[in-house]
Amino acid sequence: MTAKVLVSFHLNGTPADVVVEPRELLIHTLREKCQHTGPHIGCETSHCGACTVDMNGMSVKSCTVLTVQAEGAQVLTVEGLAALAQDGAALHALQEGFAQEHALQCGFCTPGMLMRGYRLLQENPDPSEAEIRYWLAGNLCRCTGYQNIVKAVQYAARKLRGEAVETSHPLLPAAAEQPA
Amino acid sequence: MGTMQADQERLAALEGMGCSRKRREDPRFLQGKGNYVDDIHLPGMLFGAMVRSPYAHARITRIDTSRALALPGVRAVLTAEDLKPLKLHWMPTLAGDVQAVLADGKVSFQNQEVAYVVADDRYIAADGAELVEVEYEELPALVDPLRALEADAPVVRTDIEGKLTGAHGARSHPNHIFRWDIGDKDKTDRAFDGADVTVVQDIVYPRVHPCPLETCGCVASYDKVRGDLTVWITSQAPHVVRTVVGLLSSIPESKIRIVSPDIGGGFGNKVGVYPGYVTSIVASIVLGRPVKWIESRSENLSTTAFARDYYMRGELAATPDGLVKALRVHVTADHGAFDACADPTKWPAGMFHVCTGSYQIPNAYVAVDGVYTNKFPGGVAYRCSFRVTEAVYLIERMMDVLALRLGIDKTELRLRNFIRKEQFPYTSPLGLEYDSGDYEPALRKVLAAVDYPALLAEQKARRANADEEWLMGIGVCTFTEIVGAGPSKMCDILGIGMFDSCEIRVHPDGSAIARMGTITQGQGHQTTYAQIIASEAGIPASQIAVEEGDTSTAPYGLGTYGSRSTPVAGAAVARASRKIREKARRIAAHLMEVSPDDVEFDLDRFVLKGSPDQSKTVKEVAWAAYNNVPPGEEMGLEAVDYYDPPNFTFPFGAYLCVVDVNRYTGESKVRRFYALDDCGTRINPMIIEGQVHGGLTEGFAVAMGQQMPYDESGNLLGATLLDYFVPTAVETPHWETDYTVTPSPHHPIGAKGVAESPHVGSIPCFTSAVVDAFAHLGVTHMTMPHTSFHVWQQCQALGLTRGTTGATP
Repeated sequence: MTAKVLVSFHLNGTPADVVVEPRELLIHTLREKCQHTGPHIGCETSHCGACTVDMNGMSVKSCTVLTVQAEGAQVLTVEGLAALAQDGAALHALQEGFAQEHALQCGFCTPGMLMRGYRLLQENPDPSEAEIRYWLAGNLCRCTGYQNIVKAVQYAARKLRGEAVETSHPLLPAAAEQPA
Repeated sequence: MGTMQADQERLAALEGMGCSRKRREDPRFLQGKGNYVDDIHLPGMLFGAMVRSPYAHARITRIDTSRALALPGVRAVLTAEDLKPLKLHWMPTLAGDVQAVLADGKVSFQNQEVAYVVADDRYIAADGAELVEVEYEELPALVDPLRALEADAPVVRTDIEGKLTGAHGARSHPNHIFRWDIGDKDKTDRAFDGADVTVVQDIVYPRVHPCPLETCGCVASYDKVRGDLTVWITSQAPHVVRTVVGLLSSIPESKIRIVSPDIGGGFGNKVGVYPGYVTSIVASIVLGRPVKWIESRSENLSTTAFARDYYMRGELAATPDGLVKALRVHVTADHGAFDACADPTKWPAGMFHVCTGSYQIPNAYVAVDGVYTNKFPGGVAYRCSFRVTEAVYLIERMMDVLALRLGIDKTELRLRNFIRKEQFPYTSPLGLEYDSGDYEPALRKVLAAVDYPALLAEQKARRANADEEWLMGIGVCTFTEIVGAGPSKMCDILGIGMFDSCEIRVHPDGSAIARMGTITQGQGHQTTYAQIIASEAGIPASQIAVEEGDTSTAPYGLGTYGSRSTPVAGAAVARASRKIREKARRIAAHLMEVSPDDVEFDLDRFVLKGSPDQSKTVKEVAWAAYNNVPPGEEMGLEAVDYYDPPNFTFPFGAYLCVVDVNRYTGESKVRRFYALDDCGTRINPMIIEGQVHGGLTEGFAVAMGQQMPYDESGNLLGATLLDYFVPTAVETPHWETDYTVTPSPHHPIGAKGVAESPHVGSIPCFTSAVVDAFAHLGVTHMTMPHTSFHVWQQCQALGLTRGTTGATP
């Protein structure tokens, strides 16, 4: 076993100091040492994106980042997303959009999707559907078929741009559709 | 009764059936506060890692664990020899076979479990697994199931070589598991002998894997002082797991607690009991510490529960104008090295006998031979009811093949053969009683929505143009599913009838908790069950907590798979709610000092008939239930219901797909996919649409890319997400959804179940479309998956290379 290393970084704005083996992966440090179990492990080979977090303004798959690489970094996980909401809202526009558009089912991919969606909207506040799909191609979802995820990102983009937002799933069916 | 607007507001406040209630599950998942198995961390917890076989078939000549045990931090290494004294080196499967927990002298599939290393953390466990030395003597592997019954085929299961009878009757060969047949063979043969037209088609349904995003795993924690075992586990059926663990361990079920916490998708993969669960439980009992085991993705894709692997021959007999007179089917079913297929006990091929589909077919006969091969065990229903995807694929492909033979449009052929609305309940020639259906309007609605004649005209024009690079295919599927297993007279697992359950307690403040024997894996039970209670008992859904998955608190149930939650547990929810409502009515009448017969239920209150201003709300009644009940009535307001369904439910749908296929590269683009589903009464349209999107996407994955190919030595080629196709947002098509409503007559609320229909129905629809692109060139069937490479091979076989015209011959 190699000697352990002290690594210091900022996790959702709060300083974090961890002692790890040089081989330890960031996802394990986040989940097991920092008790941030939002990011998930779906493959450990960078394919599924469930472990996606934001590091120094870029999306990274934390299953293939060594914790020592995070020295001095600003790391943002799903647990820190709500704190970035505009105007003191309880949830970030993306979180609200995902709920309103039914963009999650089992919820396992959701933290990674949200963090990737966050990075997309930071870079491009008005993405087209094709751009959203391309940007999310590194995040797999087995439940939703992506269509509602795309709508959720569009919902959030509109809200963040200050435009009116509306769910595509009104609570009660329109009067015309209700049985007599 | 109030004004229209007031009624609408009360309806909205209830969030009952029929409304798109936002999901109760979402807030925790959106904030990283889900609680999946790998999120569980207990003091003193150890971590397990499996040592697996690199060979598909080999004798184990030596296992040396000494180097692993010498590694600091390794706490134990288990092999079959360690499990033998506990009689846990083998375990029973759900299919009446046995499966090695840790290989007992021989391995029978690649990546089979050989030893289990327990260490202080996951890194040390992985290091320890590397240090376990195993020597093998390789044996010839049996890979091709169609060779399994040949005289000189390698024997996969030497442990049962001499057994002439298996769990499902006589075995004809050491690699034979069962022969199961159903239908009138003689009558069917006679129908074929006298038929004007017959078609035959060999149809392979490749081995695929459900691949939920969360892999399987568990945390086992045995409390030596109390003698209690708690296991947090990725299980779609926690109560069944408790019974299995009790049988295996001899610990009474009262001292076993199985908890399925949040589950990151199941799709059938999380029905079974896997060796890693057993070894983790043993390790926890032996070491007295909690033990966590979480599969890697490759372990998940190569060892826990595949689906399909059916080699089918279908035959149809018909009149010249396309009326189908008989169906004959033979299937060779590859079950891998152990028969761990998850089916109700009496049905080794599940509900495959729904293969007469949506059509009036007077004669049918089906025979299925299950065989062993040197592949990993499984045979689960991947987002479908037991073997229904295979059955629907067969009949829908056969209808297309017949349509091509007769030169009749495939939608017209279906319309001519549909079971008519007035024929329901309809008894199929294979003995199933279809509850309800109305197939023709569904198909006609789809054809109108997509302007089918215009599509046909476009296709005709394309086919006429010799320079057209993109071929156009139109696929159709009009499926009938069978879900909601099932009536206990027909269906059991390990002898336990396939009922399901619900328990509701209404608190003094009018809020309630409800617990069921099912477990959601993303289907949104916490949202939709509350909607049923809201409509049936008048308690706002927002005031209802729904709990599932903890065997210490939830009533016994058979779990969530085969679209059984709404048809079975949903019925229990409705019936328990009605018991609550009836007691509440008596209490309300008592409070109003009138007879219960004079009181009627209205959304969220009880009203005196004829005097709408005299009423008691359900909330008021709930309070009274704890202080002022009628004489002779018990205090409290709670109900339990165990629902044993009288029949299955039969959801159906009509799908249409348009693909463009590049005749030079084999690339296929899904231009349009229109899916109409009829799942009976609709509880939450938003969630239904989400389930349909997901099922269509998994169907797209299976049809267009998923496969588990093996080389001749039994090496699985592609057990990573690099090789195994899981569609991303980029390649997933846009889905259009629609519906009709034909309630189930026997279900308390008329609901049939929906989540699996889109998977079952879309797969043959994609194949139908891809084949149709080549139909004018004489192609009648193509084997899945329709990857660009496979389709390109078809193009090559037809001579569709650059420099040739490729025009209609």
